[in-house]
Amino acid sequence: MAGNRSKIAVLSGKGGTGKTLISVNLAAIAGKSVYIDCDVEEPNGHLFFKPEKVYEEIVTVKIPSFDESLCNGCRICVDFCKFNALAFVKNKPFVFKEVCHSCGGCVLLCPKRAISEAEKTIGKIQKGIYRNGDVTVYGGMLNTGEASGIPVIKKLLDKNAADGKLPVFIDCPPGSACIVMESIKDADYCILVTEPTIFGAHNLDMVYNLVKLFKKPHAVIINKYSDDENPAEAFCRENNIAVLGRIPFDTELGTLNSDAKIAVNESERLRKLFAMLYKKVTEEL
Amino acid sequence: MKIAIPVDDKNPESGVCVSFGRAPYYLFYDTDTKEYHYLDNGAASGQGGAGIKAAQSIADNGAEALLTVRCGENAEQVLSGAGVTIYKTIQATARENIKAFTDKKLFLLNNIHPGFHSHGR
Repeated sequence: MAGNRSKIAVLSGKGGTGKTLISVNLAAIAGKSVYIDCDVEEPNGHLFFKPEKVYEEIVTVKIPSFDESLCNGCRICVDFCKFNALAFVKNKPFVFKEVCHSCGGCVLLCPKRAISEAEKTIGKIQKGIYRNGDVTVYGGMLNTGEASGIPVIKKLLDKNAADGKLPVFIDCPPGSACIVMESIKDADYCILVTEPTIFGAHNLDMVYNLVKLFKKPHAVIINKYSDDENPAEAFCRENNIAVLGRIPFDTELGTLNSDAKIAVNESERLRKLFAMLYKKVTEEL
Repeated sequence: MKIAIPVDDKNPESGVCVSFGRAPYYLFYDTDTKEYHYLDNGAASGQGGAGIKAAQSIADNGAEALLTVRCGENAEQVLSGAGVTIYKTIQATARENIKAFTDKKLFLLNNIHPGFHSHGR
């Protein structure tokens, strides 16, 4: 695998299609690799890897803080803030921390230098190792009540930016909104996970449009595959999207996965299945 | 005393808008002079923080009372900071609620909701 094209994002428009199943098992079978759980609102990759030697770091954002004795009430900051995170009434500035997007514009514009930036903790990231370091496992956690996981995802992906050589599997949040865009932004390749249902096909359409917008090379893996009617497969056919693999709707795989076991370690049959998938992915890169 | 009401149309017979922050217009009415005017809500289609910006406008326009169906907690902070009292509307139209207000039939809005903020996604 070429070192400069090794970041593989695994995403899907719908939750529960198998992003974590696929990214965990691909990372586990890849030998030396990196797994990054960007689903910072409900991370669960760590439940499979049970990483050791966990190192933790907090994630902060910068929030404006006013020195009211310097503020002259010009309201340049209030008018500037596109997110309406600032207000000024009765000669008193108001900051709405959860509305603030930490752009720093108010600080730059304040003619009286009455605004400084204060750190606000919004979550944390963790780094640990699996199987004596075969897989370096990163994960992030957004604190309850925080509006956006993007700063956590940024820090997760920044941490890993230096590594470069190993294949990296980015387990994305579900959907196709900002947090997913942030997760795939620097990916070299996108795996779109779907399932053979109308919901699966509909949400595949959304992430398909997203990866096209980002001009990312991509292909689909259909999980929970059966011989029944398959709207997701039909969607791929109609849009000429390559299907990298089909993971069968399989009791053993389902059971292992719901017990938070890594399937490729438990079953030779499943090991072969994911080895084949991994081979196909590497051929694409 | 100047009062403000979020309205759907620029008309005293307009219905009170169910949203405070995203209402298209605000009706300002002076109970002493019986004069009224309208304000376009620049925050109606904004990304976020509409309630905050709307509350700022209400305060800037000198209203001392707001008659509304509901109000989010961020807007409430700005309004209470500005000394604007929030009353719950009980009638359909702006005119009926102004009458109810001057007849002292309106009660303070006491269920401030945590907001319908988009999730930043």
